[in-house]
Amino acid sequence: MTLPAVPPPEELNARIVVEHLDAYFGSFRAIRDISVRIPDRSVTAVIGPSGCGKTTFLRCLNRMHEIDRSARVSGRVMMDGVDIYDRRIDPVRLRRHVGMVFQKANPFPTMSIRQNVLAGLTLNGIKPSDPDSIVERVLGQVALWGEVKDKLDEPGTSLSGGQQQRLCIARVLAVEPSVILLDEPCSALDPIATARIEELFAELRSDYTLVMVTHNMQQAARVSDQTAFFYMGDLIEFDATERIFTNPKESRTEDYVTGRFG
Amino acid sequence: MTAPENRRKVDSTPPRSRRPDLLSPAPGGRARKWKTAIFHALCALSAAIVLIPLASILLYIVQRGAPGLSLSFFTEVPRPVGEAGGGMGNAVVGTLTLIAIASLIGLPVGVLAGVYVAEVGRGRLAMWIRFFAEVLSGVPSITIGVFVYALVVVPMRHFSALAGGVSLAVIMIPTVTRTTEELLRMVPSHLREASLALGVPMWRTSLFVVLRTAAPGIATGVMLAVARIAGETAPLLFTAFNNRFMSTRLDQPIASLPVQILTYATSPYADWQQQAWTGALVLVAVILSLNLLARLGTRASAVVVR
Repeated sequence: MTLPAVPPPEELNARIVVEHLDAYFGSFRAIRDISVRIPDRSVTAVIGPSGCGKTTFLRCLNRMHEIDRSARVSGRVMMDGVDIYDRRIDPVRLRRHVGMVFQKANPFPTMSIRQNVLAGLTLNGIKPSDPDSIVERVLGQVALWGEVKDKLDEPGTSLSGGQQQRLCIARVLAVEPSVILLDEPCSALDPIATARIEELFAELRSDYTLVMVTHNMQQAARVSDQTAFFYMGDLIEFDATERIFTNPKESRTEDYVTGRFG
Repeated sequence: MTAPENRRKVDSTPPRSRRPDLLSPAPGGRARKWKTAIFHALCALSAAIVLIPLASILLYIVQRGAPGLSLSFFTEVPRPVGEAGGGMGNAVVGTLTLIAIASLIGLPVGVLAGVYVAEVGRGRLAMWIRFFAEVLSGVPSITIGVFVYALVVVPMRHFSALAGGVSLAVIMIPTVTRTTEELLRMVPSHLREASLALGVPMWRTSLFVVLRTAAPGIATGVMLAVARIAGETAPLLFTAFNNRFMSTRLDQPIASLPVQILTYATSPYADWQQQAWTGALVLVAVILSLNLLARLGTRASAVVVR
């Protein structure tokens, strides 16, 4: 096979290094012995059938996993050289550096569009010195400014599904994270809204590290630089996206990406 | 390729036989219709029985109480027996004072206890608190009056508005706690997660996202709780007692509409009895309008909480 010269992710300068990560709910081990190296300024897709631990893995990267009372984690997640599970790390502060976008667009229903954008700051009691410029900048980043600039005081829930999801991404950007986790961000959207959000990922890629769980294999192939395939709580394969989709090492990966199961 | 084959298959299935028996009267059909009619009639009758007491109370109270309605009823204090005129101004002010004290104590405690049960302590302790709140809401109000008598009146050595407010707060707290808890549980968890994922601490999330989202509904519940304590009589007998004079002092006995109505209605003087009717009319009007406000509040909030 003649493949383009894409260096395997292990050789790239890694931003997030996950080593022997196990995550539990009570005695149930949701993910087992996960080790990956995620490069900076790239899009990483996490694929796999339902219940394979994709979302659990994602939620371990901003310590949202431990919101559940029975949840437990072992192993190491190094981010910029710091173990985020170190006892001195405050998960609340960590989450301001590692933003998260959810499957269902979840703007705060009691807040206007403007208030939603600034929610990450105002809910923390921070009064930005120039809120208008933040609102314009991040809404511009998600290509929503033109559509909503005349109705910033209307409720965030008055927008369409795709607009709401872009608003939620803007809300994350306003907190100025450097890593953004996306949990099936387009699964509730129509193809046009999905295409716009995928364009957005391509732009964000130059400034942020994106990790995205997706059920949509074409989406993973379109937008990601490297892909992790999870199955039954195990990381089966992690490689450059082109390799995963054209010439995977594991037969299970090939079966999944070609639609033979899952 | 396969389409023509499929069509042939459909064509070859024999047609279903017709069902003329559906057109003839069903066995036992008439009896069934009768049973339905009787059931509907019973339901309608019960609904009427629910409405009759309220309608007749309202009608009767308006009929008996309206003649005594005047501005002086709200502005003047009772006059000595035999002197005509006077009003229940002291009782109206007293009831408002008691409601204010009860809300000042009962609202923060009730709402925060609800937040605790729904958001903070989800374990066994929360279960016990919920259970005790339920038991407390079932305790007869006269018992609560006696309890507050021992707790507040005995150490203070006299009846007081404060003691009355405390006893009403004790009655109010379980209702507010329960309402708060139920409404907080209705707030979708994805809003909580959105806030936490933005790096907002748990307590700020509970207060400014979850509680804020549920606020209109909680306000409705609070209004209903206030409406309930506004008409309580028994717990005030041992606590706020009564006061013939205008008073807003918290450390002194204070008048209230329910107690004043009780005193006047059981008196032998026709003049006082008339005032008791008018007092009852005012009290019912206050409670009804609180209920209506709560209703309107629910309708408005249904649009916000999805």
